[in-house]
Amino acid sequence: MTGAATGLVRFQPPRLLAGLSYQRPADLAAHERCYGPPPRATPRLIDVVDASGLTGRGGAGFPTGRKMRSVATRRGRKVVVANGAEGEPASSKDRLLLTRLPHLVLDGIVLAAGAIGADDAYLCVHEDEADLLASLDVAVAERRDPLRVRVAGIPGRYVSSEQSAIVQYLNGGPGKPTYSPPRPHERGVRGLPTLVNNVETLAHLALIARRGDRWFRSAGLPAAPGSMLATVSGAVCRPGVYEVELGTPLGAALSQAGGPAERLSAVLVGGYFGAWLPAQVAWPLPLTHAGLKGAGGALGAGVIVALPESSCLIAETARVVRYLAGEGAGQCGPCLFGLPALADAMSDLAFHGGRGRVLGQLSALLPLVERRGACRHPDGVTQLVRSALRTAADDARRHDEAGPCHGTRRAPLLPVPDYEALQEDA
Amino acid sequence: MSSALHGPGLWYLTRATGLVTLLLLTLSVLLGMLNAGRFRSERWPRFLTQGLHANVSLLVLAFLALHVGSTVLDTYTSISLAAAFVPLASSYQPYWLSLGTVALDLLVALAVSSLLRGRLGHRAWRRVHWLAYACWPAAVAHGLGIGTDRTATWVVGLTLGCVLAVGGAAAWRVAGIGAGAR
Amino acid sequence: MRLRVNPIACTGHGLCAELLPEMIDLDPWGYPVLTPEDGQVPRMLAGHARRAVDACPTLALLADSAASTVAAFPGGGDGRGHSR
Repeated sequence: MTGAATGLVRFQPPRLLAGLSYQRPADLAAHERCYGPPPRATPRLIDVVDASGLTGRGGAGFPTGRKMRSVATRRGRKVVVANGAEGEPASSKDRLLLTRLPHLVLDGIVLAAGAIGADDAYLCVHEDEADLLASLDVAVAERRDPLRVRVAGIPGRYVSSEQSAIVQYLNGGPGKPTYSPPRPHERGVRGLPTLVNNVETLAHLALIARRGDRWFRSAGLPAAPGSMLATVSGAVCRPGVYEVELGTPLGAALSQAGGPAERLSAVLVGGYFGAWLPAQVAWPLPLTHAGLKGAGGALGAGVIVALPESSCLIAETARVVRYLAGEGAGQCGPCLFGLPALADAMSDLAFHGGRGRVLGQLSALLPLVERRGACRHPDGVTQLVRSALRTAADDARRHDEAGPCHGTRRAPLLPVPDYEALQEDA
Repeated sequence: MSSALHGPGLWYLTRATGLVTLLLLTLSVLLGMLNAGRFRSERWPRFLTQGLHANVSLLVLAFLALHVGSTVLDTYTSISLAAAFVPLASSYQPYWLSLGTVALDLLVALAVSSLLRGRLGHRAWRRVHWLAYACWPAAVAHGLGIGTDRTATWVVGLTLGCVLAVGGAAAWRVAGIGAGAR
Repeated sequence: MRLRVNPIACTGHGLCAELLPEMIDLDPWGYPVLTPEDGQVPRMLAGHARRAVDACPTLALLADSAASTVAAFPGGGDGRGHSR
């Protein structure tokens, strides 16, 4: 699919990343010089965001205008929570925004708060990020907003980045997902209607407030407007965070990152809760939620990892599954027991050979784990495993019958925190 | 009070129902601990333990009502109905009697909270149900202190049997918890 | 009538599977698996289903009447929306 066939406008200059600089400090003066001062926030902004078609950039892709309206129409006081925790190890876009363009995010928070009538706002990041917390405190101190954004550190488990878990943590709870209503937009932080948005979404909102919905729609596709940040990594020449229009073919995004460094066998799209796709299948796919989902993948939070032929997809997946198995909240039996069982089976398949049995074990385990937890954590893992077994079906069969391949000895590609503790292919 | 209410009949009723209540309460506590310890076998499913526990507890309430009723109606000792529910409200052996009163009050709390479990929520129900471990010893002590037949060998033997059974079950529970059972 | 399990409240006691084996099996770790997955209860099992719900020691088995449905929710569709 070429640009003409997808209906894309010719490549636009960076929007969010226009002010990105690694030399200048990321202060308020530089921010306003590049993007201009923020306008005043009014409820009309919700209509503009609606018209712009902005969707959540945290992974779920829910229409932001609708979300804002569902909170704004509630009576009484409201709260805005910006999710910058970025639990996804293979994603760095939120970190980039928060370290290099914090005022864009802070603008977005303040504007969203003004639009929905919130008088309290939090910006959440991983509690271990001391430097980031400090730099954000400095950025907040520089500003003269009607509302002071509170920077909060939250616990680091993967599930802690989930919407209801963040709200629960801010309410003084342990930061674990909850089962049933109330939902954050009805009763969130301190029981008040709460708007939870990813920081990139709020950064886009900051620009939409300045330039309008038609400007936002002048990039991307009619059904998937605007631009997004993609974290491209793996076997590409220049891994990093790139801003692309929605609808850009995945191959074009890889080219922006310098193109493949070796021949690719597969691509992981969406992150650790996304899916593997064969490289040839993935290359022409448009970067939209619908486009990727239709091919069995997912856009997620814009994570793209290129896997070279010399790596073993099964081994990479096995390591990620082992990591994710330890990242659950431990509240639900099927996840608490099922994910380690999946990790064991994947490890056997990847590193010790399946003795002809493991594929059968996996197909029995997967339906026992999916949709049986209170949050999407187990579902994300099963989606990843299913896509791995589908994309590398031949490899999986060979691993099961004959044993590990050469690729398992290659250095791991997908980032997994505390990897030393997980060494199992030694 | 008519003279028909004065005489050994009510007294025998009080003594008999008291003993039966103690036995049933012990059985209920044993079943409760069996349930908490998740005991299950081929021929003994969980719902049997749970169902028996609930029904035996209702029987306890029934016999306890008879025990209290016969005591209050008996004019030989002037124990009022209020004394059955309010500790230290009677002049007749107030301390031993009050142990029974406390056990009764706790039992009412246990029963009501269990009947309203759906509305209370699991966590609150569980916190109230721990009171069972205060209720049973109070009942045993009440019997040993005020029971007319407390010196009879067979009554002592029965009471000892109850204490050993509950003690054994408690040891089983503690061992199970130590072994990492939920 | 529709059954569902609160997976956080459930600690795998297993009484539900004893009382409603037609619809509830236990997985290898002792947790309930509903068949059919949406928990729709056939009319003739309604009494047994209600008994199973009452029997759950942690009140983790829940029953919704036919009229109530879980409304669509912003952020993911079923309340489990992931905002990362």
